[in-house]
Amino acid sequence: MSAAAMRSGPINLSRRRLFGAGLVLGLAMPSPAPRAQGAGTTQRRATRVGAYLRIAPDGGIHLQNPFIEGGQGIDSAVAQIVAEELDADPARFTVTCAPPGEDFRLQAGGHARYTGGSSSVRSSFQHFRTLGATARAMLLEAAATRLGVPAASLATEPGRVVHAESGRALPYGELAAAAAALTPPAEVALRERAAFRTIGQPLPRLGVRARATGRVTYAIDVKVEGMLLAAVLHAPRAGAQPAAVTNEAALRALPGVNSVHRLAGAVAVVADTWWRAKRAIDQAQVAWAALQGPIMDGDFTAAAMLGRLKAAAGTPGNTAEEAGDAATALTGAARIVEAEYDAPYLAHAQLEPTSATARFNADGTLDLWVPNQAPDQFLATAARAAQLDPAQVRLNSPPLGGFFGRHFAYGSANAHLQAIQLAKATGKPVKVIWSREEEFARDAYRPLAFATFRAGLDARGEVVAFQAAGYGEGPMTRHFGAAALGTPPVDRSIMEGLIGKPYRFPAKRVEYVPVPHPPGINLGFWRSVGHSMNDFFLECFLDEVAEAAGKDPFALRAALLPDPGRHRALLDAVAGMSGGWRRGPYDAPDGSRRARGIALASPFGSEVATIAEVSARDGEVVVHDLWIAIDPGSIVNPRTIAEQVESAAAIGLSAALAEEVQFERGEVATRNFDTYPVLRRDRMPRVHVRIVESGAQMGGIGEPGTPGVPPAVANAVFALTGQRIRSLPFSRTRIGAS
Amino acid sequence: MGIPDETMVEFNVNGTVQRVEAEADTPLLWVLRDHLGLTGTKYGCGVAQCGACTVLLDGEAVRSCSITLEAAAGRRVTTIEAIEDHPVGRRVVAAWVAEQAPQCGYCQSGQVMAATALLAATPQPTPEQVAVAMTNICRCGTYNAIARAIAAAAGAA
Repeated sequence: MSAAAMRSGPINLSRRRLFGAGLVLGLAMPSPAPRAQGAGTTQRRATRVGAYLRIAPDGGIHLQNPFIEGGQGIDSAVAQIVAEELDADPARFTVTCAPPGEDFRLQAGGHARYTGGSSSVRSSFQHFRTLGATARAMLLEAAATRLGVPAASLATEPGRVVHAESGRALPYGELAAAAAALTPPAEVALRERAAFRTIGQPLPRLGVRARATGRVTYAIDVKVEGMLLAAVLHAPRAGAQPAAVTNEAALRALPGVNSVHRLAGAVAVVADTWWRAKRAIDQAQVAWAALQGPIMDGDFTAAAMLGRLKAAAGTPGNTAEEAGDAATALTGAARIVEAEYDAPYLAHAQLEPTSATARFNADGTLDLWVPNQAPDQFLATAARAAQLDPAQVRLNSPPLGGFFGRHFAYGSANAHLQAIQLAKATGKPVKVIWSREEEFARDAYRPLAFATFRAGLDARGEVVAFQAAGYGEGPMTRHFGAAALGTPPVDRSIMEGLIGKPYRFPAKRVEYVPVPHPPGINLGFWRSVGHSMNDFFLECFLDEVAEAAGKDPFALRAALLPDPGRHRALLDAVAGMSGGWRRGPYDAPDGSRRARGIALASPFGSEVATIAEVSARDGEVVVHDLWIAIDPGSIVNPRTIAEQVESAAAIGLSAALAEEVQFERGEVATRNFDTYPVLRRDRMPRVHVRIVESGAQMGGIGEPGTPGVPPAVANAVFALTGQRIRSLPFSRTRIGAS
Repeated sequence: MGIPDETMVEFNVNGTVQRVEAEADTPLLWVLRDHLGLTGTKYGCGVAQCGACTVLLDGEAVRSCSITLEAAAGRRVTTIEAIEDHPVGRRVVAAWVAEQAPQCGYCQSGQVMAATALLAATPQPTPEQVAVAMTNICRCGTYNAIARAIAAAAGAA
């Protein structure tokens, strides 16, 4: 995708573009290497010290973060980076989310802002170092003027400027006002990596105490003077529009109810408390009519959709990756291994349901509080809906109660346009809260996915050819449009993980076969996106190839990887941390029969190797331990990385074990945690994380721990029981010890 | 259509007597959040599945989405806002911070309340007792950190 295509800007209202021209998740971008044109823009952003930093007289440092904190530790990471170059104590930082605006667009060459694609730290590392160094230079200059000495004779210690010759010292807090008035230097020197004191340290995250004591104000907690609360009921089947609420008068007579409203594909009750609004909406009798806009087929089921994808198997697809002549190599192969794999629709299931608060002010401006991962886009959609100039809209981005890809601008999956409409209609500030049932029914789902594989082996069992095809439609196609997919069109959000693998096959062809999902199903980016299913597919298939070739899966992978190289090093690291590779099955000290599986993944610029140890009990897999070695090139905070890898592994295991959005007659049937089971404490394995800093270009952290887990577990299950799971979740298969 | 009865209910929240006028079947969760402004207690599922809304009712962990206002009448409710006034709660929070358990933090009010009720009743719980008491969902997957924090808090007793 070109920088121009990713530029934030006026938004074309066509359906495909509704979600924003700059929509820029970057998930499909190969790497955040600065573009020639963009580098200058980003560099200029780093001189905008005043936009980002404010140092109070008491030395407290307030930093405005372009990224949204949602548990991934990004507030702490940016503080840690700035602190390194500013020469300050990271614990003195208070970090809040920056408002929308150009100063805070650091991605896509300074043209985009989003929190996703595991890109926050790697896209802003240089920026925040430069920003910190620039601020330090300004403080030094202010101190030089104050002390009447050359700036070169001054140095800093954390939080203060010191003049060694005279023994004088000035705290930053006393210099901040004078420093802020100076022109930021155009060039600053950055610290040598070897001299880092805060970057690379396992510092505690900021805001942990507030999160342990319920003192964080999430979007759902926002309180605005005089606000009303709204509950919504979406059409049972997407596309139906409310013709009438036939018992509207009775609903309005219920305690606390202010008004009843028809919205696009939904009805709403506004009341003085949310529970009163909810009680009323639960009793609403709605005449649904006139299927309009993105609709859902009345007979739609996930099985029917999988059938459509399977029917496309064998259809020639668009070339996504090719090396050599795979077709010819397959023809000449002594043996062919073939398999089909599928994975279901997934919900984000973040614990904080979607909400939004809108307040129109007397001066014609609009204040919004919306959970989001891309403030500029949300502001643009809001301004358009409210028919206001973007400058008249203030968008607040509260900390997120989990996100995992849930809060991009997904049109019907967001609540802020409803809040705007209701605030306008009632003349009062309105907070819309989606019930858990509405949240599950109108999420933007990880698409159901399907892939086919063929591998050719020669007489000695060596792989001579590899073919794969991915089928379907991803959130890239849905929200950016086919034109953004390149030539030939390849939806990376469906294909990543089938492509970008490190294995060296003598001949290889990977294809993308577009098959649309119903317009009534919103498609979203789900933690690790295409990797979330594709690494399961491919890494399990690779074990099938090993089995057919009579080879050990670990040895087969090692043989297919460049030697020496970071992938081989990572394989060795994960084997080492797990006590040496052993596949099993073997008897564990507790008497259980266990086995191990391995998988590699290359997500978001990082490399990950995962080993799982499993046993079987009562027909279910028990995962005892996960060993995960991650090579993100270089790091900022090893403790946060270990936490994120463990968190990402947990959601990967959760999805593999039992997650599956189900539909009946075109309606979402899994609408709470009883029918959409997510990982609970009783099935959480021990997770061991080792960080390998290879020195390669910095990679992502938030998502890479996810995709290796499902295949490592499935490969272990095969080693244990001989059962090859090709369809997720595992709960479809009764796991039995062989 | 059921027109619910409004009622005046008196109960103790975090050491203060509160009088709330609302329909008798209003979930305690929404009384706390909407009527009393105590938003530290979180809405997650509304059907006692996730535990984000856990509070102490006369010292026992309950899911406040599934307790009515009427059922809370005359009783003592402790929410996360007062957790550090509770001797065990203070220790639990300290352990939560030391272990850096919260990630997004949304479920953690409920987790801390559940752990506090557990350790107040059973200062040295067995792994089985922890398993029975700690069933709250954490989508960030902080379960191992929570387990370490509970062990640390129990050890600090």
